[in-house]
Amino acid sequence: MEFQDGIGTVADNEEGIFTPQRDVREHLVVVGNGMAGCRAVEELLARDAGRYRVTIFGAEPYVNYNRIMLSPVLAGEKTFDDIIINGRQWYDDNDIELIVGDPVTAIHRAAKTVSSRSGRTVGYDRLLIATGSDPFIIPVPGNDLPGVISFRDMKDVDTMLAAAADGGSAVVIGGGLLGLEAAHGLTLRGMKVTVIHLMPTLMERQLDEASGWLLKSALEGRGQTILTGADTAGIYGEGKVEGVRLKDGREIPASLVVMAVGIRPSVALARDAGLDIGRGVKVDDHMVTSDPAILAVGECVEHDGNVYGLVAPLWDMCRSLADGLTDRHTGYRGSVTSTKLKVAGLDVFSAGDFSGGDGCEDIVLRDAARGVYKRVIVKGDRLVGAVLYGDTADGGWYFDLLKKGEDVGAIRDLLIFGQAFASGGGQADPKEAVAALSDDAEVCGCNGVSKGQVLACIEAGNGTLDAVRATCKASASCGSCTGLVETLLAATLGDDYSGERATRTVCKCTSFGHDDVRREIAAQGMKSIPEVMHKLHWSTPDGCSSCRPALNYYLLCALPGEYRDDQQSRFVNERMHANIQKDGTYSVVPRMWGGLTNPRELRAIADVVEKYHAPMVKVTGGQRLDIFGIRKEDLPAVWADLNAAGMVSGHAYGKSLRTVKTCVGSEWCRFGTQDSTGLGVRIERMTWGSWMPHKFKIAASGCPRNCAEATIKDFGVVCVDSGYELHVGGNGGIHVRATDLLCKVATEQEALDYCAAFIQLYREEARYLERTAPWIERVGVDYVKSRIVDDAEGREALRARFLFSQSFSQEDPWASRAAGKDAELHQHLAEVRPMEFAA
Amino acid sequence: MTASNNVGDWLDIGPMSQISPGNARTLPVRGGEEIAIFHTLDNHFYALVNKCPHKQGPLSQGIVHGNVVACPLHNWNISLRTGEALGGDEGCVPTIPLKVDAGRIFLLRDAVIPSRAARKAA
Ligand code: SRM
Ligand SMILES: Cc1cc2nc3c(=O)[nH]c(=O)nc-3n(C[C@H](O)[C@H](O)[C@H](O)COP(=O)(O)OP(=O)(O)OC[C@H]3O[C@@H](n4cnc5c(N)ncnc54)[C@H](O)[C@@H]3O)c2cc1C
Ligand code: SF4
Ligand code: FES
Repeated sequence: MEFQDGIGTVADNEEGIFTPQRDVREHLVVVGNGMAGCRAVEELLARDAGRYRVTIFGAEPYVNYNRIMLSPVLAGEKTFDDIIINGRQWYDDNDIELIVGDPVTAIHRAAKTVSSRSGRTVGYDRLLIATGSDPFIIPVPGNDLPGVISFRDMKDVDTMLAAAADGGSAVVIGGGLLGLEAAHGLTLRGMKVTVIHLMPTLMERQLDEASGWLLKSALEGRGQTILTGADTAGIYGEGKVEGVRLKDGREIPASLVVMAVGIRPSVALARDAGLDIGRGVKVDDHMVTSDPAILAVGECVEHDGNVYGLVAPLWDMCRSLADGLTDRHTGYRGSVTSTKLKVAGLDVFSAGDFSGGDGCEDIVLRDAARGVYKRVIVKGDRLVGAVLYGDTADGGWYFDLLKKGEDVGAIRDLLIFGQAFASGGGQADPKEAVAALSDDAEVCGCNGVSKGQVLACIEAGNGTLDAVRATCKASASCGSCTGLVETLLAATLGDDYSGERATRTVCKCTSFGHDDVRREIAAQGMKSIPEVMHKLHWSTPDGCSSCRPALNYYLLCALPGEYRDDQQSRFVNERMHANIQKDGTYSVVPRMWGGLTNPRELRAIADVVEKYHAPMVKVTGGQRLDIFGIRKEDLPAVWADLNAAGMVSGHAYGKSLRTVKTCVGSEWCRFGTQDSTGLGVRIERMTWGSWMPHKFKIAASGCPRNCAEATIKDFGVVCVDSGYELHVGGNGGIHVRATDLLCKVATEQEALDYCAAFIQLYREEARYLERTAPWIERVGVDYVKSRIVDDAEGREALRARFLFSQSFSQEDPWASRAAGKDAELHQHLAEVRPMEFAA
Repeated sequence: MTASNNVGDWLDIGPMSQISPGNARTLPVRGGEEIAIFHTLDNHFYALVNKCPHKQGPLSQGIVHGNVVACPLHNWNISLRTGEALGGDEGCVPTIPLKVDAGRIFLLRDAVIPSRAARKAA
């Protein structure tokens, strides 16, 4: 048992016998001198200071400090002394016994004692477990090498500072809140930092794709290397860490590796004592565990199925705990959390549920000029979530509305503009709110146009949005104030203003048309789908099934070799590299160059049909064979077999080159004028694999009898005695369109060169899902001639760009799948077999 | 592995990392309907019977945007939350209650495994 010393001295005692006075108060022993443990004691003292005798055990050798401020300490913005919450004096003043650097190793519930590593045994009446969390260490080889650390306590910060003093490179594994704060601090301390993150977006639990992308760009701008979608295979080094190896084989040298991949509630002590454990130590609403004498609080607990990793819930828990200990019993009801990233200059905020859902509506504001992205999610008349990037000033206000579940119906239209605007005059009607703005209130932030200027512009006769944009520039840049300008138009012109928007937009997610999007991608050098969506103010967080494939194509076309194809933006056929059928199986069409085949290929196809029980094999209208009824699981194996016979994907599924049909030509045919078969094969070898706005078909006929039907193809060659007639813009589909004659050339090489140039012009200028026929009807065949026939230099440049792009795209997609890439697309997760099927 | 070895109300079908964001994967059920499990771009998980209410298209193969999937066969938009067809289309596909706990995905057992009577009939 413990004795309180300093009560009396031997000299004071008349008999000379020391009988220490017993402290009769109940003894509260706290395990864990961290954020929650000490806050609980503070709350208790505030309610009834003298009621319990308090002893606190801490595993760390320090007084109570503010763990969340370790990030600023690492970044050099604070010192350890700055972040102490309760110094020695506080423990002394409140008569608290503090035992530091001595972790509790066992709880003896029957005896109501705890024992510690140093061998101390202390009795308790009430025990409070506040052991926090343990950092999760990923189970890879080398994770125990010196130089591999976590980011949890002051000791970790000291290790990082020591490593940073030697300079060099660091790898941070984990692109969540903690990892990014570690990376930021290490960067400021002069290290070259690489962040490895498993998921495709940073902080994916707090941020959506759009804001995650903004954050990634900002951090890259600060010199960090951010590898998303990167899986760690192991950590290597002789005697100390020397680097990290990824599953894709890349190696990143580093003298320091910080693992920040997550935390697990620290429950070992409680589990050994036989308390109920779920993901954390299970507690009731009063923070009492399955043993009534033992309480628990902080990150180590599980309440109502939830565990928390942020401080705000801990404060709520500590209040309920102290109430319970002083017989008030208010009860904890769980917490709603919000997140902020503590990296100087980067404002990131998220709260609540941002997954959207039924009845949920997204309100998105993107202000590219200021680097701002705001998204609030409203359900009915309540705010249910918010993600803010770049301007988080209203985070607190949104969080408050969200927690209180306040009715925001009246301010809904102005909500996204923030508190100042939305609650400015309390107007229910946005028209009134805009009317109430003063004349010099700024309407368009990008171009600095005031309300008065917009009104003057409208009154001068500019009665449409486009006219206003052209004249005073309001809403002509980022477009986020379009709504305001339209409201001003409506207010000024009354019934004369019908509310327009003439140009066909890409889809409902944007007010931009296809051509605008392509122009802006090139002009601003945009490089990813989230970037385009941000800079062009998409009104949805991640687009839809119309715009995603279009943007993916535009970027792929603009950045050959550089842009990484986005699988999530591909229609099923292009993602699976086969054509989906009505029963969910797939058809497989291997390429047969120019319609030629040989016994080896035919044998391989026959074998596949038998081996995989394909119910049908058919000659297509495109001069090749189609194998039907293949299951997605079997596709890689089918492809491997076809590859083995030298066959590659026929792209029968793609917005890409399909087939090159040929006829027999001069090699055999008595009328043939040129080698149309050989030309077809050469054209197909040059053009296969390229992605296009829509599918693209080619044919080469050996004479004007035109057996290959070249005059209803996107590009057709009709051979004549004196050379080659080149035809473009044909279509045999829904609206049959015969080709226009582009020109006649003398040599086969010219035919190939014109073909390449024409395809590139189509690739660069047509709209997504527009075939050559409607495209040529829109721009006119004379325009195409002016670019391909009249402008030799331009033609050569187009051709060169096409061939450059082809140098990256002529890789058989089947081969990599057959070798195991994206295997998860072809495999089931598992199979459920109820008992009677399990045999 | 067959998931049937699991006990309790929830079937553990493995770590969330096995479905990348924006993707879906499938879970065949012997004697029952195949299930599609979706991971949206803002990291939510949903489970639906893998059959479009229109003409039974495999929803797992569609493009996921927001919490909606566009069916690969005729582009109906289906809500991942309720299984309902959105826009002008009408129809509904059953959803399966799903929870994510400690990085793993769980499906409500009763919703996955058909009742004995239904299985007999099948
Ligand atoms: C297999 C094939 C029919 C056959 O059994 O012969 C076929 C099958 C399909 N065609 Fe076709 N078309 C096939 C040759 C044609 C032809 C003939 C040709 O290429 O000489 C045409 C008319 C020529 C043309 O395109 O101008 C043709 C015009 C279409 C159209 C209408 C296109 C248009 O611009 O109007 C569609 C619909 C679409 O693409 O939106 C289409 C769409 C389809 C789709 C992809 C329907 C779909 O979206 O799922 C069919 C998929 C079948 C599959 O799963 O494999 N198919 N289709 C032919 C495959 C050729 C190949 O080897 O790759
Ligand atoms: C670098 C960093 C930045 C953070 N930033 C934020 C932020 O910005 N916002 C936010 O809300 N949250 C943030 N957090 C999370 C926040 O710090 C935690 O939620 C909070 O500290 C949890 O409090 P706790 O008392 O449960 O655990 P802790 O603060 O970890 O306290 C537990 C204490 O118990 C001790 N202990 C464990 N076992 C024993 C034992 N057997 N005997 C004796 N002592 C033991 C531990 O050593 C530790 O000191 C951050 C965390 C870190 C590491
Ligand atoms: S003609 Fe119609 S039914 Fe026949 S393959 Fe083409 S799209 Fe399918
Ligand atoms: S089957 Fe899904 S849209 Fe037709």
